[in-house]
Amino acid sequence: MTSKSPFLKILNTLAKNPRVWFGAGVLGFNIFIALTASYISPFDPADMDDISRRLAPPSSENWFGNDLTGGDVLTSVIYGTRTSLYIGFVTVFLSMTLGVAVGLVAGYRGGYIDMILMRTVDLLMAFPGILLAMALAALMGPSLHNVVFAIAATGWTSSARLVRGQVLTLNEREYVTACKAMGASGWRIVLKHIFPGTLSPLVVLATFSLSGVIIIEASLSFLGLGAQDGSPSWGAILSQGRSQLVEAPHLSIAPGIAIFLLVLALNFLGDALRDALDPYQNK
Amino acid sequence: MISFILRRLLALVPVGLGVVAIVSLLILTVPGDPADQILGPYATLEEKNELRENMGLNDPIHMQVLNYYKQILSGSLGTSLIYRKPVTALIAERIQPTVELAVVSLIIAILISIPLGLLSAIYAGKAIDYGAMGFALMGVAIPNFWLGPMLVLLFSIELGWLPVSERVSWASYVLPSLTLGTALAAALSRMTRNSMLDNMKEDYVRTAKAKGNTNLVIIGKHVLRNASIPLVTVVGLQFGVLLTGAIITERIFDWPGLGTLILDGINNRDYPLVQGCVLVFSASYLMVNLITDISYAFIDPRIKPQ
Repeated sequence: MTSKSPFLKILNTLAKNPRVWFGAGVLGFNIFIALTASYISPFDPADMDDISRRLAPPSSENWFGNDLTGGDVLTSVIYGTRTSLYIGFVTVFLSMTLGVAVGLVAGYRGGYIDMILMRTVDLLMAFPGILLAMALAALMGPSLHNVVFAIAATGWTSSARLVRGQVLTLNEREYVTACKAMGASGWRIVLKHIFPGTLSPLVVLATFSLSGVIIIEASLSFLGLGAQDGSPSWGAILSQGRSQLVEAPHLSIAPGIAIFLLVLALNFLGDALRDALDPYQNK
Repeated sequence: MISFILRRLLALVPVGLGVVAIVSLLILTVPGDPADQILGPYATLEEKNELRENMGLNDPIHMQVLNYYKQILSGSLGTSLIYRKPVTALIAERIQPTVELAVVSLIIAILISIPLGLLSAIYAGKAIDYGAMGFALMGVAIPNFWLGPMLVLLFSIELGWLPVSERVSWASYVLPSLTLGTALAAALSRMTRNSMLDNMKEDYVRTAKAKGNTNLVIIGKHVLRNASIPLVTVVGLQFGVLLTGAIITERIFDWPGLGTLILDGINNRDYPLVQGCVLVFSASYLMVNLITDISYAFIDPRIKPQ
């Protein structure tokens, strides 16, 4: 009898879940769109405004219609995918890196370092979700990097708390005690033996964080606090659409569906990963 | 219980002090000189110096934080640069519409989610369950800044049943509350279903069945009551989310609340107004969390306040 590795077992569980296929399919499609935007979009976003087509409804030339300046909505939605995913991945990477570092140090070192770091986390968590990101983005000025900074500056706390909890549990395991007895250095234990144990819940958190960041980015753009350096954004198109609901309802349809599908797909993936990686479910 | 409440209140003090410190230091994130940003490129050096002095921007950082504490303790949040009125007065004018919107949204969310979660748990694995949980998933994934305009498009523009925006009659509450409450309704439905299913496996349900109680009595009298305990926490925690969600909803429906006020402040670089609104939102969030903690211990007698 051959026994499969845990990794293969997880892949097998994931492959049997139709939600994973939907989630991975939609995410893969969005990544493809983002990477090939300049090849597949019908117009150049920097040179697509045609005021004579202002708010024109969908047509054979402009499938999703035109916006306030006569720009092609399909092109904006395609490039908006790039903006959303770029901000999403970069922000999640930055906030996860910071959160993991803080969580590892706090959990392993303990004592007053743990206390200071965790009280900082508590403090930032005392601000409701998007509010601090909104204030930071507004005060620093609307640019792509400020949006990333504003969301990452408040988004690292969940991963820090999660990793710290994991470290506290793993630190008591026998294999960690054995490493300590063998004289392994603190950092070697943390990076080589404890950190890999925190990866499963982190992957799940990263998937849900990605969907959260995409919504926050679109919300900031909707409120006029997103990147205003010419990068098209789904939230910004929806913001235009809000003021033109009677005259041009088409402005609100496509970007809304794009956000909805991507967030739904990421939630499906997150749910499926959580079920597959949860050891209690695997029993 | 009283000592538990006092301990929770005491624990709030350092968090509150930290929140105020962060809010007072938000102005440091402004690139360059905030006076330049506020007064624009044509202001004279004297005007800029006067503004810096008035706003305390020339003071060292720790003094700026201390001054902000003093200002708050004296009951002031500064003066709005655009409205030329005390920030506290502006917030007092606008807080009622926001709280009304959040409360109505919460009621709508509870009215939708409890029956939905209940039906879903009773008919687990059947079509009703799939339908209800499908709604829940969609509710979580649809952002409110898209749902709002879509509801306006359908119910106001196409069907003409409800007003488009502003706060004029009871009908004006329907679309903003649905926009704000749907995500919460979705989350609560999932929570209700899971909590009900967990409780339905408990021994007391088997005992109640053995005593000959009908399903309706078991669910209505025993399961629902126990299943609602974790829901209180979620409702409490989500109320803070509703308050911030109100910022976007108010923007969609031109609702004259705190959300519109903070956006006015942001768009006009009115820093005292932004700071004041962030502080009020955060304070409400902390207070709701505190009340949730306390009520949790009241509702479930098995939980001993720690």
